[in-house]
Amino acid sequence: MKRNIPLIIVFLAGLVVFASEFIPHRPFSQINETLERWFMIISGFAMFLGQVSLLRVNGAKIKNKVKDWPYYLAGMISFALMLIFGLLWGMEKTDGILGDGASIQAWLGLKPFDYLFENVYQHLSATMFALLAFYIASAAYRAFIIRSFESNLLMITAVIVILGRSSFGTMLTGWIPNNLPLLHLPNLTDFIMEFPNSAAQRAIMISAALGIVGSSLRIILGIERSYLGGDK
Amino acid sequence: MRSLGIFCLVFMLLGLALPLMGEASFEIKDFPHDAGTALNLEWKGASGSTVTIQKADSMQVFHELHQSTDAEGSFTDTELSPDETYRYRMIAVSEADSVSQVLEAQPVEQWFYLDKLSFLLMLIVISAAILLYIYAAKRGKDLFVRRINGLDSMDEAIGRATEKGKPILYVPGISDLDDIQTIASMTILSHLAHKAAEYDTDLIVPCRFSMVLSAAREVVRESYLKAGRLDAYKESNVFYLTDDQFGYVAGIDGIMVREQPAANFFMGSFYAESLILAETGFSTGAIQTAGTAQAHQLPFFVVSCDYTLIGEELFAASAYLSKDPQQLGSLKGHDFGKLLIILLILCGIVTESLGWSWFKDFFGKVF
Repeated sequence: MKRNIPLIIVFLAGLVVFASEFIPHRPFSQINETLERWFMIISGFAMFLGQVSLLRVNGAKIKNKVKDWPYYLAGMISFALMLIFGLLWGMEKTDGILGDGASIQAWLGLKPFDYLFENVYQHLSATMFALLAFYIASAAYRAFIIRSFESNLLMITAVIVILGRSSFGTMLTGWIPNNLPLLHLPNLTDFIMEFPNSAAQRAIMISAALGIVGSSLRIILGIERSYLGGDK
Repeated sequence: MRSLGIFCLVFMLLGLALPLMGEASFEIKDFPHDAGTALNLEWKGASGSTVTIQKADSMQVFHELHQSTDAEGSFTDTELSPDETYRYRMIAVSEADSVSQVLEAQPVEQWFYLDKLSFLLMLIVISAAILLYIYAAKRGKDLFVRRINGLDSMDEAIGRATEKGKPILYVPGISDLDDIQTIASMTILSHLAHKAAEYDTDLIVPCRFSMVLSAAREVVRESYLKAGRLDAYKESNVFYLTDDQFGYVAGIDGIMVREQPAANFFMGSFYAESLILAETGFSTGAIQTAGTAQAHQLPFFVVSCDYTLIGEELFAASAYLSKDPQQLGSLKGHDFGKLLIILLILCGIVTESLGWSWFKDFFGKVF
């Protein structure tokens, strides 16, 4: 019975959401919106669990003075600072416990929470994002090796697209008459991106969609129960 | 006599003018197959006129909604409520005259999105195929499923981690539990945790969302319990990092550099951070297996990881790992779905080439 109740709930919820996709009449048209609201409410409560986990894991590492424990302490201090500033003076248009912090805003230009967000967090986030540029270069260096037929094809296509997307492509093939458009690297690049590339991506998306249908059906019918923590 | 003549003249002129004035007509129709949130406002016969459609607010004051110089046309007013009645006024002004008409209408909710009929039919056919194959598998029919290298390598990855005495890192994606990819990831985690418990290898699962944390903890704990190694289960190994995308990635990168896991698994939904994760893992020398249905991130995983589950393979993983005949039967249903789509695409090419647009229109109405 303990295992059957969640399975029944999953089955009924799946049926209701399935019906709401095809029936515009109320209450079916409002089901998706209602379920999304419920999910957000439950997530709000669950967020508390996440914060407790964060504090316990980091607290234990600081307490036991594991290797690099000052970094965990810095993490906790950052967490506490943002929490305190947000609670006391709010953020953007939302006031905190002590109001909107007009005097601090006059001094900093922004509320403390927003100041740290704009001047610390945004830059750190941009730094992480910028790593992609270097990682793409290192990944491409490893990937574009002439080894087999497929890797040769990949290499040639990559060279065409890289050149075609830069001003080099126009410069290298600009002299070719316009009645041979596919010999112009930018045009060839657009052709590759619009046709073979899109076709391959759509094929993957179609197969993924079929996988989603199959997986959802198995979950709704209770055939797959691993997400509950076990098969039996 | 003179007054009679004038009267006749006026009457004749009116007789000529009336058809012009009566020609401009205004009609309101309910928008078909919707949730009662739209009305179609149509006008005809307003040649040479500027047509203005106005809508009354709650104070019955008319405000301009649409203007056109077309003799006939339509305008769809959306974001309406099926519980309210709406008043509209059409004004057609030409050089000679002006016509005004006020109408009231209430949108009606329908019981079926007829435009989605093709979608429903395909869904029924594919679901029926999946169920048929599940039934056939249940009755003992032997179904061939091709090998998925990424899943077969799981044992190898766990064995390598055990030999080196290093942990396994499992990243369940960056989406919340409402994403089907995360659910698929949880099912794979269940199998992986079971094997990790049998091999007595540490399993680290950093989570981005609290709901995923709760589910992951439950899944891992149950797996350790099923393997009879509940004593080896460490709750602190399944933990919450942060909700922020790049903060999460930075945290995982730190774990990879510090803990030096021997095997990394990236299963679920990933976006821009996929390459950062995969490349950092590659730099530590770990054996990496990734799986996602995000088509844009697959190339990055294919380049940086040893094994990649492409799209559908992520959802097939649970069935493949469990070796349950019923679940394996559903994989054959996927193949039927692919065959159906290939046939439909071919039919579409043929019908479009022959100039028959009804086939494309039938399936295109959904979008």
